[in-house]
Amino acid sequence: MNQIMQTAETGPSTDSAKAAGGEAYNFAYLDEQTKRMIRRALLKALAIPGYQVPFASREMPMPYGWGTGGVQVTAACLLPDDCLKVIDQGADDTTNAVSIRRFFQRTAGVQTTEVTGEATLIQTRHRIPETELVAGQILVYQVPIPEPLRFLEPRETETRKMHALEEYGLMHVKLYEDISQHGHIATAYSYPVKVEGRYVMDPSPIPKFDNPKMHGSSAIQLFGAGREQRIYAIPPYTRVHSLDFDDYPFEPMRADQTCALCGAEDSYLDEVIMDDEGTRMFVCSDTDYCGGRLEAGHEGQQGDAT
Amino acid sequence: MYVAVKGGEKAIDNAHRWLAELRRGDQAVAELELDQIAEQLSLSVARVMAEGSLFDPRLAALAIKQARGDLIEAIFLVRAFRTTLPRFGGTSPVNTGAMICSRRISATFKDIPGGQILGPTFDYTHRLLDFDLAETGQVPAAEQGADDATAKPHVLGLIGREGLMQAEHATSNDDAIPDLTREPLTYPADRAVRLQALARGDEGFILGLGYSTQRGYARNHAFVGELRIGLVEVEMDIPELGFAITIGEIEITECETVNQFQGSKTEPAQFTRGYGLVFGQQERKSIAMALVDRALRWRELGEDYVGAPAQNEEFVLSHCDNIQATGFVEHIKLPHYVDFQSELELIRRIRGEAGIQADLENGHDMKGAAE
Repeated sequence: MNQIMQTAETGPSTDSAKAAGGEAYNFAYLDEQTKRMIRRALLKALAIPGYQVPFASREMPMPYGWGTGGVQVTAACLLPDDCLKVIDQGADDTTNAVSIRRFFQRTAGVQTTEVTGEATLIQTRHRIPETELVAGQILVYQVPIPEPLRFLEPRETETRKMHALEEYGLMHVKLYEDISQHGHIATAYSYPVKVEGRYVMDPSPIPKFDNPKMHGSSAIQLFGAGREQRIYAIPPYTRVHSLDFDDYPFEPMRADQTCALCGAEDSYLDEVIMDDEGTRMFVCSDTDYCGGRLEAGHEGQQGDAT
Repeated sequence: MYVAVKGGEKAIDNAHRWLAELRRGDQAVAELELDQIAEQLSLSVARVMAEGSLFDPRLAALAIKQARGDLIEAIFLVRAFRTTLPRFGGTSPVNTGAMICSRRISATFKDIPGGQILGPTFDYTHRLLDFDLAETGQVPAAEQGADDATAKPHVLGLIGREGLMQAEHATSNDDAIPDLTREPLTYPADRAVRLQALARGDEGFILGLGYSTQRGYARNHAFVGELRIGLVEVEMDIPELGFAITIGEIEITECETVNQFQGSKTEPAQFTRGYGLVFGQQERKSIAMALVDRALRWRELGEDYVGAPAQNEEFVLSHCDNIQATGFVEHIKLPHYVDFQSELELIRRIRGEAGIQADLENGHDMKGAAE
């Protein structure tokens, strides 16, 4: 904070800009005023589970769409003794996960890990780890479009009214039409949920396989949408119900295969195309889960992997 | 044999090194200096400052250099720097009437008090490539007139004196002006917020919307009452001093359009105004901004909403920011294979139940994959 104040006093010039680069930024990049603003939004979000709280999202040094909302939430929550894990598509080594992890290594100097159980804060894009989260852990989701009703009604002025009046008929009609047309609810990810019996919420683009993990979780779940300037949350032990009908109950879905590396039958699988013939194999999307199982001696069909 | 893809970290490092090398280009060619960019690409610099919402020609020049001339990328660099700066407060309203004009034209009058000043404009250049510029050379100095620092009255003010121009209502409390970069955008947005969004909005997007109003999508019959470019002083109240002092001088472009207005039962017919104000010399943007501003005022002026994009405040404000737009449009190149996998499963299931044999599943068994 002090160093940033100094920058401003000398006025913006290339010299002062250079001085503010790299290590001269505040802990976890954001200044304390901004963190306070975000924390207030987070507290409000936790107090009203599933409600989208507008917040004055800042421009971050990575593009909108790369996780600026999640990064701001993480920055506002991080403490120096936190242990951070960052995943994208369930993997720690995807380029954007690497980039975000490095950002916090550089700006906050916190310890990082790939092991779900070791992390105090996990930032994720598109997955919930397979290993069950425990009390004391925070899961931060990156959210592109926070509004579950957006593709039914593009106007924000209208969707806010619909939430206020708990008017979710349009969503149920959509799900019903899916069933009448396809025989299934044609939503495979970003599957809408109702939180604690009140707000319909977009769980971010996680596959619906992950939806049940949100229900009653011991961890704090925070959602940040930077471009859309919204924060929402699921406090621990909250009811999270995936929308469905009595005669068409919600059904999580995964490829009907086992992981070729670790043999897991319960994990979400990535489908990998092996050759020009289109040969497929399936492997765990959660790389830490898969690695842990391999270490524990589990083997898949490709058990002789070196 | 399948081994999970690793090496994201190394790939990123290598990509950054390659990028840096390409940015520099052929080492045998002299490197661009910031002064060269600021002086010779001043209109690029103006755009980066305007859409970056930060008046600093040198930082804008640095951003352009770092971004390899990609102006949206440069705007992004400036925005990301700006956001780390503390906000000290608001300045006094800039008095554009006291502008030292380098250019000032009115399309609504043949002559105006203070005179029409053509200034440094492309307007009447013939767009013929000047092959002499391919070689470096000295430019003959332009002839200089006498310094003219006299204030030039606003043309719309002159019309207003006759009561023909709808008066603008001054905000009583300057602190009440919201800051788009510090508060979340909510709807309906007042005009101050709309103008902020348009001023930093993408030139191309605003241009297209402004153009659409001229072609009949919420046509508002605009004349350029006045377009002026020049230097204005920026003043700020310093609490310790108890009065305002000048903290700097900036170049801006201001456009005021005169638009037709039918009047109503309670109000006699009057002209109305569209307003555009942008950093630097940016005529195209300021004119387009004025057209869009005027189109967005339909509600307060009691006009019909004809469903035109330029009238739709939520549509305009949520899509005019090119940093937001480029981020979200480009983000679909990031990995989405988890979601795609879930769609694959769903579509296979739906097709399977419909009795369609999935070629993929029939043609290839999993055993082959493991071998």
